[in-house]
Amino acid sequence: MKLVIPGDLLSDDAKKAGEGTYVSSGRVYASIYGILDRKELRVIPLFGKYMPHTGDTVIGKVVDISFSNWIIDINSPYEALLHISEHPDRIYPFDMGRHLDIGDLFIAKVKDIDATMRVDLTLENFSPLRNGRVIEISHTRIPRVIGRGGSMINLLKKELDCNIFVGQNGRIWVHGEEDDMDMAIQTLLKIERESHTPGLTDMIREMIITEKKGKRK
Amino acid sequence: MSNKPKKLIEKGKRLDGRKVDELRPIKIEVGILKRADGSCYMELGGSKVIAAVYGPRAVHPRHLQEATQVIIRYRYDMASFSVKERKRPGPDRRSIEISKVSREALEPVILKEYFPRSVIDIFVEILQADAGTRTVGINASSVALADAGIPMRGIVSSCAVGKVDGEVVLDLTGEEDNYGEADMPIAMTQEGKITLLQMDGNFTKEEFTRAIELAKKGCKEIYEIQRNALISKYEGVNNV
Repeated sequence: MKLVIPGDLLSDDAKKAGEGTYVSSGRVYASIYGILDRKELRVIPLFGKYMPHTGDTVIGKVVDISFSNWIIDINSPYEALLHISEHPDRIYPFDMGRHLDIGDLFIAKVKDIDATMRVDLTLENFSPLRNGRVIEISHTRIPRVIGRGGSMINLLKKELDCNIFVGQNGRIWVHGEEDDMDMAIQTLLKIERESHTPGLTDMIREMIITEKKGKRK
Repeated sequence: MSNKPKKLIEKGKRLDGRKVDELRPIKIEVGILKRADGSCYMELGGSKVIAAVYGPRAVHPRHLQEATQVIIRYRYDMASFSVKERKRPGPDRRSIEISKVSREALEPVILKEYFPRSVIDIFVEILQADAGTRTVGINASSVALADAGIPMRGIVSSCAVGKVDGEVVLDLTGEEDNYGEADMPIAMTQEGKITLLQMDGNFTKEEFTRAIELAKKGCKEIYEIQRNALISKYEGVNNV
């Protein structure tokens, strides 16, 4: 792994240019500050805002209700819209607040994005998140929270006795016993802080086990 | 002002002991502000600056937004205690102009079409001023932009050149600026494409060419320091 900054020359082969790069007169340069993935010739971001992509599952928050849309904050520079017809029940516009009210959090999928970054959502889970807790971390750390092939997230779910849902936009929903949730959130924040260290999954496993032993005493 | 020193350069050495082509000591710290998306503290000799970057985020007021690209707002502000005589706080003619030219110095490297209908806000606060504050502001905000994860073609580096006692010198101090014959701030990308060039005073054609060469050398040194500051934030990663 190697850190690169914007403007670093990565390759002379313009055809291979991946994410986080740009091509200028046949050469590939880094466009963001992050970690270089030589194999795919892309730069993995360490910072930055969440940009929605079609098909992402996210945790959204209702910020406003317009005539036939809920206006949703998805932790991104752009607000998203959830149309009334996406709800499985037949809802009248004046009744929208009863099903999803301002401040409600829920799991949604990004249905469509147009060139002007108008984001349309569709519901993944029809009821809002009424219990558990939601935390917000940088979306660039989400791949580490999930781990290779889901190794990290499966470890967390198993060892911490919590139900965890990870949104692509950096919001994570945790549901379980109060003590377990406290620990899950602490662990998640630790993963965010130390996401760039190698062997993180093993380190987290050890941490959870020692912590649990301490509690039993 | 009568406390002008007799000679600003003596035996090839300047008042603070530097050579004519030497920069003042530089210190850069990345990510010092928790609430900002990207931030940077930079010192160039006696000039001390904090830069904070917010965004891309939704534009308010809405009529300013552009349908195809991000807009950039740059605010250069001097703290009232940054200079000897208290500076009246708030924007004035000078800081509005510096904000405009600094914004234009950074705009060409930012890949603006990635974030339509949004804004990137850059705030530069001068905590202590000793000449060259606009160049320090540009250097710091360019590092802060990278720290915020904003896609750019490269990093902008900036420094001032000037004429003191008839000699072309790099990176003037406050005294040299006040009693010297010329001051020329320059900003450029790492390939040497100039994005800012202002001049106060007079240069002959030969002096001007020499000044540009000197600025290129200075910017290159600053670029290396900017680069090291960013890389060292996650030093551990390089050794994996």
